[in-house]
Amino acid sequence: MGALGQFFHAIPIDLIIIQTVNGIVTGMILALIASGLTLIFGIMDVVNFAHGELFMLGAYAGVIVIAATGNFWLGLVASALILAILGAAIQIVTLRPLIGRDPLNTILVTFGLSLVLQNYALWQFGPVSRKIPDPMSSHFTLFYLQYPWYRILIAALSAGIIGGFWLFLKYSIFGVWIRATAQDRVMAQAMGIPVPLVYTGVFAIGSAMAAASGVLFGPTTGVDHSMGLDWVLRAFIVVVVGGMGNLGGSIAAAIFISLLESYAAIWLDPSQAVIVSFVVLILTLLFRPTGLFVATPK
Amino acid sequence: MTTAPLDKTMPLGTTKLSHTAVFWIGFCAVMAVLIVAPLILPEFWRRFLTEILIWGLLAMSSDLLIGYTGMVSFGHSAFFGLGMYGAAGALLLVSPPNLWLAILAGLAGAAGAALFVAFFSTRLRDIYFTITTLIFSQIFYVIIFTWTAVTGGENGLIFTRPHLAIPFLYNARFTSTTMHWFVLAAVAGSYLFLRRVTQSPFGMVLQSIRENEPRTRAIGYPVARYKMMAVMLSGLFAGLAGVLYAVQNEFAAPNFVYFLTSGDTVIYNVIGGIGTLVGPIVGAGFFQLMRQLLAQVFGDQFPYLIPLGMVFIVMIIFLPQGLLGFARRWLNR
Repeated sequence: MGALGQFFHAIPIDLIIIQTVNGIVTGMILALIASGLTLIFGIMDVVNFAHGELFMLGAYAGVIVIAATGNFWLGLVASALILAILGAAIQIVTLRPLIGRDPLNTILVTFGLSLVLQNYALWQFGPVSRKIPDPMSSHFTLFYLQYPWYRILIAALSAGIIGGFWLFLKYSIFGVWIRATAQDRVMAQAMGIPVPLVYTGVFAIGSAMAAASGVLFGPTTGVDHSMGLDWVLRAFIVVVVGGMGNLGGSIAAAIFISLLESYAAIWLDPSQAVIVSFVVLILTLLFRPTGLFVATPK
Repeated sequence: MTTAPLDKTMPLGTTKLSHTAVFWIGFCAVMAVLIVAPLILPEFWRRFLTEILIWGLLAMSSDLLIGYTGMVSFGHSAFFGLGMYGAAGALLLVSPPNLWLAILAGLAGAAGAALFVAFFSTRLRDIYFTITTLIFSQIFYVIIFTWTAVTGGENGLIFTRPHLAIPFLYNARFTSTTMHWFVLAAVAGSYLFLRRVTQSPFGMVLQSIRENEPRTRAIGYPVARYKMMAVMLSGLFAGLAGVLYAVQNEFAAPNFVYFLTSGDTVIYNVIGGIGTLVGPIVGAGFFQLMRQLLAQVFGDQFPYLIPLGMVFIVMIIFLPQGLLGFARRWLNR
């Protein structure tokens, strides 16, 4: 009994609560990135290696617009729009010619894209990281910390964007087209749905979501050219763990993995905490390769 | 498994002979050029050529998976890096540094990593295989990067080059010329070995897995075991490339374990032509040469990956068979 009591006493409750909040906040940003990635995979069979670069470019677009106008929310919207257009252009130029080829080709092309975009950002903006000013500077007290309200706002906004996107998928005409194409591409085309347009639209929406998460994430750390690499790896893990092409699963997996990493960071160095999510991925692939958060396939 | 693999060139008995003759004449000619090259080239380009050969070996090892088995690996940086660190460890720990011990240790390191990766990732196919190999290489990267006490962390390990010692025959310091010959011998040997492997019944099974995996399994081949063998073989040669790179540059650094090295490897393959073994070396040469030319024309700070990345994208879309495949088709026309 004494040993057990000591064990429970040794668990730092306050730290765990703080890390839970942190984990949910990063988890929501990750969910926003990963839902674009999983959508693009689910509809187009494209594994988008360049998704992290869209996130990074979105953050830079936000930096520029916010510096020019001084308004964070304008920057958020403008960055999403700019990246939607860029995403559509990228899809038309590089991915459309690959329709019908092995999905492995799309990994290679988007890997090439990620190299080009990342080096462009390095060349254009330089290696020094930029800062997006906090849109709201108020704090609340969480144990001994002054926790910024902005982080809570990020989580809420990410949830809002994902929710809005879900409504869009469910009720708008374009959303119905997207779902129809995901179910059966050939049949959808036969019914008169413009499938190439759906592909371009889906890539544009995914890019815009990545850009929005980039701008939202910008104020918490800096914006630099290599920030995308880190996030795209985690988004890959989330998408595989959640089940490829499964929106709800990705969101659940994003929060699950971020929480695990946050808890691991209590005892480990943050750079080593990443290994926890790697291990989750490997276990998932070994024991449940269809994904953790999907119904067992019959 | 008594059925002999179908040999495409079998019915044409006479052309088969000339085919082999042409191959060996071509091989000897290229070897002759590469043997003489360091005697003519200035120091910088001599080292450059050696480096191309090493990158070519790495790319060639990954071609066994990409081109012959149809599995795109994004994890070759792990094998390369473990080869580097294995060699570095042996050279630092054993007091008169021994070249052969370094090679053995590097190969052992790479084999360990390859066994680990092969065991887990070959259960998965297509993009899942690619993503898992990528994640595995990142695991090795994080371990190497953060385990500062053993691996030197961010700074890596620095050591001095061992002597080139062939027992009873030769023992001298490496010069850049003998280094080149040594690397050339290793790469040429690996090439001949891998070529033999791809033409053996084992290699035929790998190609049949690439063409139609369920059917290969239905015929009765243990596909999983063949895939594991392929990954391990490929990992061993990637490890050898890592050892050679470490010995040539006298350091082991964590950024070679980062997955961008694997990405470069895939780029060499695609540019040169997958499924050809020679193609990846050509691709590595083309890539490094373009990079060098761009740096000389536009200065060191020029982001060479922007134009080269675009070349890579254009090649996947319009020229998926690579430079060598294109040249071959053009010659046959």
